Amino acid sequence: MTVRKNQATLTAEEKRAFTNALLELKRTGRYDRFVTTHNGFIMSDTDSGDRVGHRSPSFLPWHRRFLLEFEAALQAVDKSVSIPYWDWTADRTTRSSLWAADFLGGTGRARDGQVMDGPFAYATGKWEVSVRVDGRSYLRRALGEGVAQLPTRAEVDAVLAMPVYDMAPWNSASNGFRNNLEGWRGANLHNRVHVWVGGQMATGVSPNDPVFWMHHAFIDKLWSDWQAKHPDSPYLPAAGTPNVVDLRDTMRPWNDVTPADMLDHRKFYAFDTEPASAARQR
Amino acid sequence: MNKITRRQALGTTAGALTVLGIAGATAHAAATDSRAAATTPAGTVDEVYMGRRIQISPASGGGHHGGHHGGAGTPSVRIDGRELHVMQNADGTWISVVNHYETFADPTSLARAAVRELQGSQLAPMQMGGM
Repeated sequence: MTVRKNQATLTAEEKRAFTNALLELKRTGRYDRFVTTHNGFIMSDTDSGDRVGHRSPSFLPWHRRFLLEFEAALQAVDKSVSIPYWDWTADRTTRSSLWAADFLGGTGRARDGQVMDGPFAYATGKWEVSVRVDGRSYLRRALGEGVAQLPTRAEVDAVLAMPVYDMAPWNSASNGFRNNLEGWRGANLHNRVHVWVGGQMATGVSPNDPVFWMHHAFIDKLWSDWQAKHPDSPYLPAAGTPNVVDLRDTMRPWNDVTPADMLDHRKFYAFDTEPASAARQR
Repeated sequence: MNKITRRQALGTTAGALTVLGIAGATAHAAATDSRAAATTPAGTVDEVYMGRRIQISPASGGGHHGGHHGGAGTPSVRIDGRELHVMQNADGTWISVVNHYETFADPTSLARAAVRELQGSQLAPMQMGGM
């Protein structure tokens, strides 16, 4: 069973295995296909039209499935690897070990935002940004510049307390847990983290930065934390909603998976915080 | 040019931007007032901001991108002639593909934010789909 761990607890060996698997997916071209898929959905998901990956109830199951596919690709390179999660309520400064040269590397330099250290710096020759929205092919970041503060634990807890999964009109104007977690309403959790990182993470091609996966692994964990707090609150809407993925509708691009299939993460992996996972860990 | 972070720029009114010394670049914004030119449709913008040409054409029936994104009411936003993918949110705010997780009150502020983000780089041709 795959166990997803807090990135702050990874050993040096686990960090190396994770970054090496990322570099191998990049080398083979597999990585960039995930970036292309994400950008395609980001540009086509609209509040008034068909919406699957973002600004809709299926934001959470879509990204759970997307991360599962990515994790399977990583494990095809190295079966010991899982996607770590970044709890940005706890590791909330640019001095976090997350941004050290032995893991993701740090923020970009002032002149052009270019990340200059770590395995994903352009000068390594191993991380060319090829699915892009502008001419720049180097990884960029501007940690803490687009917005000063990452969300706090108290802000997260207030969103986890919301008892209803999602509400009409099922888009960026909705009240409820999903949209407050996504960040179009309220304190702004998920969206704000993209803006805080800056560079490609603030754009439609955000998976160009490997921190994308660790950010979304934590968003995914918050979904499961919410389910544990509200065991009687179902995914909504249940059926018959135009332009929106209902509980048993299939999701593009896979077309063979529904939100209902994605509700229980324990079919696929455990988090290091779960008692059940402790027994399964070596 | 001094680096102006988005936080500084967004948290600052147009008046304060003047103090920051980029008033010259934004002076053309006045031309966006529909009274400025009777021949210019309301919502049209053609300005130079931080050395980049921003052109905004209001949505029209003959939109050349069809209904793929943004909907029928989406204006065309160009930076130095290259189209910027933009989208309007249900609450009336705007996002673009280069600032996708941050909302802007109108297409002009969105286009200016894109210019700051691009730091002189040219937009790549828009790619839809690709799944």
